[in-house]
Amino acid sequence: MLKNRIIPCLDVKNGRVVKGINFVDLVDAGNPVEQAKIYDEQGADEICFLDITASNENRNIILDTVIKTAEKCFIPLTVGGGVRSLEDIRNLLLAGADKVSINTAAVSNKNLVKESSEKFGSQCIVVAVDAKKISDNKWEIFTHGGKKPTGIDALKFVEKMESLGAGEILLTSMDRDGTKKGYDLDLTKKVSNLVNIPVIASGGVGNLEHLHQGIKIGKASAVLAASIFHFGEYSILEAKQYLDSKGIPVRI
Amino acid sequence: MSIAIIDYGSGNLRSAAKALEVANKNINTNSKIVITSDPTVIKKSNKIILPGQGSFRDCYLGIKKINGLIDTLNDFVLVQKKPIFGICVGMQLFAKIGYESEETKGFGWIDGIVKKINNINKTLKLPHMGWNQIELKKDFLLFSGIENKSHMYFVHSYEFSTKKKDCIVATTNYGNSIIVAIAKDNIFGTQFHPEKSQKNGLKLLENFLKWEV
Repeated sequence: MLKNRIIPCLDVKNGRVVKGINFVDLVDAGNPVEQAKIYDEQGADEICFLDITASNENRNIILDTVIKTAEKCFIPLTVGGGVRSLEDIRNLLLAGADKVSINTAAVSNKNLVKESSEKFGSQCIVVAVDAKKISDNKWEIFTHGGKKPTGIDALKFVEKMESLGAGEILLTSMDRDGTKKGYDLDLTKKVSNLVNIPVIASGGVGNLEHLHQGIKIGKASAVLAASIFHFGEYSILEAKQYLDSKGIPVRI
Repeated sequence: MSIAIIDYGSGNLRSAAKALEVANKNINTNSKIVITSDPTVIKKSNKIILPGQGSFRDCYLGIKKINGLIDTLNDFVLVQKKPIFGICVGMQLFAKIGYESEETKGFGWIDGIVKKINNINKTLKLPHMGWNQIELKKDFLLFSGIENKSHMYFVHSYEFSTKKKDCIVATTNYGNSIIVAIAKDNIFGTQFHPEKSQKNGLKLLENFLKWEV
């Protein structure tokens, strides 16, 4: 039986791990390679790096981080943040990333998702969707790290991304991110039911029950969380044991 | 001993190389691991790894594009009978025909075809992505030290199908039973990614390094 995945996410800036509350007020806390190795040993099913380095000249630092991580961790590695071109994707894959997540560029340049999935295969193209609730049953896509509204309907967008060749959707609720109130379950469930590709729930995890809800109610294939793991509140193993006790299939 | 990882422009070869290096260290052997598309280097190698990411068609065309590579691989596998390990689409290429995007000829080393995973009523998410348990169908040297029902990492939407039951080493369940490891003499392949399957995957690579056909 295919297991639901637990994916710890590390926000990386200039080669260092940070985690933002609602994407601002970053707290520096650690070396990404060492953190990834710890997660691997704890039984993480995948690792996700989100590069939030702002300046272009420091962008290549993430490649070095990916190279070093891929030498030590033999589980899948997803890398996103600032991915704009086929060249960016190729460089990350060659450095050792297994999947690349595309956020802003998926909105501004739809050809990128189509071309990259044709060139490198759908299996390595993740579209990262940052969505904010605007009314009942309606969510809007935001880009540029959640700063810029686009007027695009999130549900229509994910369907479009699937048809263009995305292999997976990384779905972040802007309303919940950093709040520790749990995933936007309504959004997660709607997107999971809508597309036939795996959906990763993200944004808002404050406790282990939230992970359970993301899978059970939100129907997500995988659950992503950052701070609850990063600051040592829970280990990956504790999270898996909790999900297992609730009858969710996990790899232990 | 030298191991060649075949480079034909498909995906992430560093992960496979790094995992092999760790496997090499774990069993205290000193195999030389090279990433190459050069037929002369491949001919001199003792074993090869054939990786594969993307579509069956793109992978086969990628191999075809490199002068002399198809003949070299056929000679290595069928005439020299040296060990080969195909990973993911690399394993799928062992089949006679692949049906991804359009009908494409494969190596035909194992009598079979590659077709889309049967997704009745669209109840399954595709790709089949993540960790699933393997069901060992027979005793096979390369799985020694790996327990039945071990978890391995998968990411694929197409599956290998063969009537040659004796070639099936392991299966998994995703809607239906899916073939995930096949073997015939010196030919071995897995649908899952050993280089991404943590300790179990490394163990499999160690066994491949030790494998004597």
